[in-house]
Amino acid sequence: MIKKTFELIGEYFLLMKQVFTKPEKWRIFWKQCLVETEKLGLSSIPLIGIISIAIGAVLVIQTAYNIENPFIPKMYVGYMVRESLILEFSCTMVALILAGKVGSNISSDIGTMRLTEQIDAMEMMGINSANYLILPKVVSVCLFNPLIMLFSFMIGIVGGWLIVALTGMITLSQYSTGLRFAFDGFYIVYALVKMVFFSFIIVTVSAFYGYLPKENSLEIGRASTRSIVAICLLILISDLMLTQLMLN
Amino acid sequence: MISVEHIYKAFGEQLVLDNVSVEFEEGKTNLIIGASGSGKTVLLKAVAGLHSIDEGNIFYDDTEISTLGSKQRKEVYKQMGMLFQGAALFDFATARENVRFPLDFFTDWSLAERNERADFCLERVNLIEACDKYPSELSGGMQKRVGIARAIVMNPRYLFCDEPNSGLDPQTAILIDHLISDLTHEYNMTTIINTHDMNSVMAIGEKLVFLHQGKKEWEGCKNTVLQSDNEYLNHFVFASEMARLLKEPR
Repeated sequence: MIKKTFELIGEYFLLMKQVFTKPEKWRIFWKQCLVETEKLGLSSIPLIGIISIAIGAVLVIQTAYNIENPFIPKMYVGYMVRESLILEFSCTMVALILAGKVGSNISSDIGTMRLTEQIDAMEMMGINSANYLILPKVVSVCLFNPLIMLFSFMIGIVGGWLIVALTGMITLSQYSTGLRFAFDGFYIVYALVKMVFFSFIIVTVSAFYGYLPKENSLEIGRASTRSIVAICLLILISDLMLTQLMLN
Repeated sequence: MISVEHIYKAFGEQLVLDNVSVEFEEGKTNLIIGASGSGKTVLLKAVAGLHSIDEGNIFYDDTEISTLGSKQRKEVYKQMGMLFQGAALFDFATARENVRFPLDFFTDWSLAERNERADFCLERVNLIEACDKYPSELSGGMQKRVGIARAIVMNPRYLFCDEPNSGLDPQTAILIDHLISDLTHEYNMTTIINTHDMNSVMAIGEKLVFLHQGKKEWEGCKNTVLQSDNEYLNHFVFASEMARLLKEPR
């Protein structure tokens, strides 16, 4: 088991060595980056938008319910929503959601190409298939996911604002005062850095599992499941490490 | 000319190629034949560089492939074309884009020139009318023909075909066989085909290599395959009822 794990880690780094080489043609590389941004980035926006708006609203209700004490100012509802969204939800939770959506997509796409010998066909042409298939995904997801994170943060705030406006549990001015209270711009940098790390993990780990040799179609599903489990674990571990490094 | 000398390949404990030596002749259709599990595909993929070998040597002309650096090896790869068992067309690209794919990477031609060359190859396999269709919109035989067009688009010296007529009806299978044979002679390629179809053997087998359980049991041509006294080869050749009936009057 330990030997197998180390072999897997070794294979991962060997694949990364193939991935991070100069593209054969920059024109093809940039074109692929745009294709991947549309496929993996833009298409995730509706899902992230719906989840973020709901989470923003739920956070307002839960926080308001838990601080009914008259000694705690109501504006803390807005403050708590902002902090929860920026520190954990919009980066870590969104990354976990994207691990499911984007990770499984990458893993099954590449796994199918492996099984149907499309990757072998590229290798036969003398094309570095790992570089062609994975590097544009890494670049586009690592650049676009931080934008998705900012989008999620803003939509979460809007979700909170909507529930405040609809229920009147606190006033809109209390909510907006809380949103602006003791704001630290470094938290945005911290969240963006985390998102770039998580995006790298999502793409490279899912691509690695997809890229492993496959004997039958069942292995595509297994690879997809394994990749998501591995990505979730790695995201949580790196979340802990990055938080300790950047906030402590 | 491609020659392999004393090659061995094992997957775990199972030896799939056992001391195989063979010379594939230039400008001819060389067929690797044998039953399922005899090591045909592994031999073909080993020669094509898609499988590493455990022991032995593979020569392209006089150059031993394992002694080449990655850049030189890439140059050799550019002289190869391969038709895979399932055609292995890229699902994200149309027939024309599939054929054009190697040109996009390895030429500095304009898009019009690349399209012209891709269309020429599609025309050669009688499939120009399907140039804008995606692989999912093509039949098995059409996919194979696009695969052939893609394999020859870079004017390769070596053509590898992994069971080119598997899953095809007999008429289409013969069409594909003759297309490969014609292209081999037209472009003077060294073609290696891996098959277990006796129709292909009798139609286009200029050189035959018979494998049984990873070993080379027999070597010859279509004119001598029916007269062999090799027991395993005879089991293979006369396995079908029709072949047995044909053999009986002799």
